[in-house]
Amino acid sequence: MWLFAAGLTVLSAGALLSLLLSKAPRLASWTGSAGAVGGCLLAIAAAIGVLWSGESAGATLAWEVPLGSLAVEIDPLAAVFIIPIALVVLIAAVYGAPYMQGSYHASTVGPSWFFFNLLAATMLLVVAARSGLLFLVAWEGMSLASFFLVLTDHRQESVRRAGWIYLVAMHLGTACLLVLFLLLGRSSGSLEFDQFAVEPGLAGVLFVLALIGFGTKAGFMPLHVWLPEAHPAAPSHVSAVMSGVMIKTGIYGLLRTVTFLPELPSWCGWTLLAVGVLSGIGGVLFALAQHDVKSLLAYHSVENIGIIGIGAGVGLLGISYDIPAMAFLGFAGALLHVLNHALFKSLLFLGAGAVQHGTGTRDIDRLGGLLKTMPITGGTFFVGACAISGLPPLNGFVSEWMIYLGVLLSVAEPARDANVAWAPLCVLVIGSLALIGGLASACFTKAFGCMFLGEPRSEQARHSHEAGRPMRAAMVTLAAACFVVALSGPVFLFLLRPAVLTIVPPGAREAAAAVVPQSLGPLVGVCVIFWATLAAVGLLSWGRRKMSSAGKVDGVPTWDCGYAAPTPRMQYTASSYASPLVILFRLLLRPRITLHPPVGLFPKQAGFESETPDLFAQYVFGPTFAGVAWIASKLRRFQHGRIQLYVLYIALTILVLLIWKLG
Amino acid sequence: MLAISGIVQIVLALVLAPLLQSIINRTKAVFAGRRGQPWLQPYRELWKLVQKGTVYSRTTTAVFVAGPIVGIAAVGLALALVPIGGWPALLSFPGDFLLVAYLLGVGRFFLVSAALDTGSSFEGMGASREVLFSALAEPALLLSLTALAAASHSASLTGIYAAIDSGMPATAAGPAIFLITGAMFVVFLAENARIPVDDPNTHLELTMIHEVMVLDHSGPDFALIQYAAQLKMWLLGSLLLGAAAPFRFGSAWLDLLAGLVGLGAIAVLVGIVESSMARLRLVRVPQFLIAASILSIVALFLVMR
Repeated sequence: MWLFAAGLTVLSAGALLSLLLSKAPRLASWTGSAGAVGGCLLAIAAAIGVLWSGESAGATLAWEVPLGSLAVEIDPLAAVFIIPIALVVLIAAVYGAPYMQGSYHASTVGPSWFFFNLLAATMLLVVAARSGLLFLVAWEGMSLASFFLVLTDHRQESVRRAGWIYLVAMHLGTACLLVLFLLLGRSSGSLEFDQFAVEPGLAGVLFVLALIGFGTKAGFMPLHVWLPEAHPAAPSHVSAVMSGVMIKTGIYGLLRTVTFLPELPSWCGWTLLAVGVLSGIGGVLFALAQHDVKSLLAYHSVENIGIIGIGAGVGLLGISYDIPAMAFLGFAGALLHVLNHALFKSLLFLGAGAVQHGTGTRDIDRLGGLLKTMPITGGTFFVGACAISGLPPLNGFVSEWMIYLGVLLSVAEPARDANVAWAPLCVLVIGSLALIGGLASACFTKAFGCMFLGEPRSEQARHSHEAGRPMRAAMVTLAAACFVVALSGPVFLFLLRPAVLTIVPPGAREAAAAVVPQSLGPLVGVCVIFWATLAAVGLLSWGRRKMSSAGKVDGVPTWDCGYAAPTPRMQYTASSYASPLVILFRLLLRPRITLHPPVGLFPKQAGFESETPDLFAQYVFGPTFAGVAWIASKLRRFQHGRIQLYVLYIALTILVLLIWKLG
Repeated sequence: MLAISGIVQIVLALVLAPLLQSIINRTKAVFAGRRGQPWLQPYRELWKLVQKGTVYSRTTTAVFVAGPIVGIAAVGLALALVPIGGWPALLSFPGDFLLVAYLLGVGRFFLVSAALDTGSSFEGMGASREVLFSALAEPALLLSLTALAAASHSASLTGIYAAIDSGMPATAAGPAIFLITGAMFVVFLAENARIPVDDPNTHLELTMIHEVMVLDHSGPDFALIQYAAQLKMWLLGSLLLGAAAPFRFGSAWLDLLAGLVGLGAIAVLVGIVESSMARLRLVRVPQFLIAASILSIVALFLVMR
């Protein structure tokens, strides 16, 4: 535990020092980055210690706080979240030092590192907190630190707008959490986690409160509207941390709440599953329609949170219906996907940052051919693209496959429970995971193909340059981590076991633990195929190289059906690539297309524009907040600065109170 | 013994897969009143391509070279998991069919990336259609196999296809198996780029899907792509056949022979479809594929009544 405390101390010291040194941006950047790296290494060590020994480590500070104490504890569930948080923050800090200096105004560097380290420390504290008050304070600190990080580039109007949306969304979520914790602590009068008690019949209500409160942070659809605004606005290493790990604290909160709620009714599992499916399919469809690579990645976070939601939903249903394979593999798949998504999503955001750094644009339709000038960024982005599409032999497949397997093993059971609606379950889990996988492949062939392959579509893309050495090292490390997790898949079954058993109620733990040996064989089988795939590709490439020396013709133009002078502008663009899919799902996506067709015999001008605004932002939240603003403007009538009227209000209030109390 | 039977199946696939192409071509020739190509023509074409040189556009990168290599490696490994004629596959474990589907996905991802690597608008167009159709075919395939898993109470391909035998259609799961066969045939046609989803013999790049994606590949690279496509047809044919015609004769070798004859029959069927109907309009293809998904969903409900 003292390792973890030391980590938090180092992070706070790094934060304060970089703020004090903000007059010297270079120095501030170094101290901030070093603080984050050191603090995260200590936190990782603490978490690995807990997972290794299997015993939780905790401490309670002897400080008087209302409604409980300052209790912190790292149990296996917390450790499983601490590792990705600390790892991604560490790598983002290495990447961020040169990135901030190259792209942002010198006066923002010091404060930005202050908030970055503060964000890291509060995220770790959220996961380790064991009392409601500490949790909420850390939660609020996390929201505020990330809010200021989103505003790093506050001179742009769009960035301020994004920050505002983010702040409002976070506080609406926190409001639900306040109610949740007060209800949980009502019977015992304490907000300490181990004294929480649920009044009978209230479990469902508490679950819904948690789903809304934590779901806003996690980005479940339709509460996701802040993601595609805030992620593109923030600096890339911050987007990597926010999208890679900060939204996962929402998942952590939801899973932790589940441990407080014994005997959840089965509709809770179905609700989570349905929300997961909606987020998964909706996220990937909106991602397909995006032109800005960072908004595309932000929508993919919604998709992956959806996959995690599907896994957790399967796990909850497994608990409700007492099916150990679904309970264990659902939660294990969800937790492994938390780690996997942290790795490949932060890799992709860092890659997008390197592209923005090297070309000055994030518009996919203005890029192209970057693999030649930015080979490391391009190569690692390709690994990330394969991993997020769930392709073997990479880590995304392993976690998705665990969720699949949980359902499949239970469906193939000869004595399957007749009370479960199996067919809808299979359609929701297997059908939607398959569709999400196919659509994600479509989206990432678009993103990678149009950014890194083909010919440059603009001058900026033609004059791109590769990222500096620390930035490349960060991306290569994350890409390697994706392979490591995939190729050592079976190990994670054992590492995740204590965390999963923390979520499963005590009565079902023994049966759930028995799933580990049952699913070990299949996971080893997958791993064997992974290794064989890599070996086969290596062998074939070697053979192909031996053979291709004879009769090779290089440096000719691409075959364009006899047309001799193709230009880069004739390439298929990202918009045209995604267009058939966008048109097929136009009822949901509602793309806005402005077309100026060429007119007359000698047309001079023609134009085409397409844009896909968020459905929920446009039709649900937009009108709601416009209504709120309208009511607020009406209330302004009571407040026009005349002091006599204010005195009258006070007098009237006192009078009403007196009549109510004494009358 | 298990390993030997698995290796025999892989060797048969590697040797006989191009023959399916010949059977389709000969069937179409019969319908058109022609004599048709010699039986060994696909093998000759592969051999000719292997000996040729390769042309690389100056736009392309290593991704272009990697496409065919990863494609053949992925299909080859998927073959190790797919059984034929009720024989056990080389490797079998619960959930292996998901790996088969995703391995085919890896091959597609690389082939599509290689197409985008050329910077050609034709290949971009083909790639765009390929990812759309395969994204819609994937749920149909996986839901069909899940329904089979539920009906046969086994989660591995070897277990599923060993449990489905000639008695199965008479049981309660019979109607479901009939629907699954339909869904899987649609997936088979779509994934192998046959009519009515794609026309491999059209003369216009604009109307092609799979063939236009590989316009720039030449020599041994192109041979690898063609061979991978033939192996993929063999693989998906085996999956379809195990559900459609699960004939068992009591002797392992006779069962295997029945499997091979069945694959030939599927090739004849493809030839007949191709001779008797035109390709669907592009906007109709998604509906065709979604119909397959609906068939498999209905089958799921039937199996788990």
